[in-house]
Amino acid sequence: MISIDWFLALSALLFCIGIIGVLIRKNAIVIFMSVELMLNAVNLSLISFSSHFGNVDGQILVFFSLAVAAAEAVVGLAIIISIFRNNLSVDVSKINLMRW
Amino acid sequence: MITYFFIFLAVLAVASAIAMVISKNTVNSALFLVLNMVALAGLFLILKAQFLAIIQVLVYAGAIMVLFLFVIMLLNVDAEASLFNKLRVKYFVAFLLGVGVFSQILYSLGSFSDTLPTVSPGMTSVGTVEAVGDVLFTKYLLPFELTAILLTAAVVGAIIVAQHKVRTGTSDD
Repeated sequence: MISIDWFLALSALLFCIGIIGVLIRKNAIVIFMSVELMLNAVNLSLISFSSHFGNVDGQILVFFSLAVAAAEAVVGLAIIISIFRNNLSVDVSKINLMRW
Repeated sequence: MITYFFIFLAVLAVASAIAMVISKNTVNSALFLVLNMVALAGLFLILKAQFLAIIQVLVYAGAIMVLFLFVIMLLNVDAEASLFNKLRVKYFVAFLLGVGVFSQILYSLGSFSDTLPTVSPGMTSVGTVEAVGDVLFTKYLLPFELTAILLTAAVVGAIIVAQHKVRTGTSDD
């Protein structure tokens, strides 16, 4: 059986790729997908702890996290559509209405 | 055998995540994210979380990514032309920040990894639909119902945010 450390290290690696994606990309949709990637990485570490301890509570938490991620994706994409309707771009560097 | 399977899925997940971040075309990014989620579902199967592996493919790779692709094609977003044309300081700083967070997490993993107990014997029956549903509908019934309210609120909110504002003149909402 594979040690839990490998799963946690993989989860950390995916999370950091998500961080880098959020930081370097300008397309709002790709930033959003990077956030989904980070959510997935945390789900992986929750499930690996859950099956390591033989306790189902972690998987329940992942289930709720999936539901919240679905809700978040719906609202976020609606906001992106609304932004696109106003400035005809999803480039976050061009959204500077409230920039000081 | 299962170790090779894990290595294959881990490499697939990491490679598709990197490809998602650096690919210029947004549709390609979304499809790489689908590949990443399918690889993660395989990892969930290795961890004996069968129910969540199926849910991952159905909800994430199925529903949410279709929504993403729908929005991408609806907005007709063109590719980012100037992603890696010139080397910016921003990319370097972002890379350093990512590596810093990664090394911090690995450092903290190394310090507690000896304190973890051995794998419990009852883990083969943890992730089945029966076990998850049994706990979900007894101990976590109230959060489950609240999830339904959350999803309804999200759908209503999304429609209100994304719809065209049609001003009739008399309505003041």
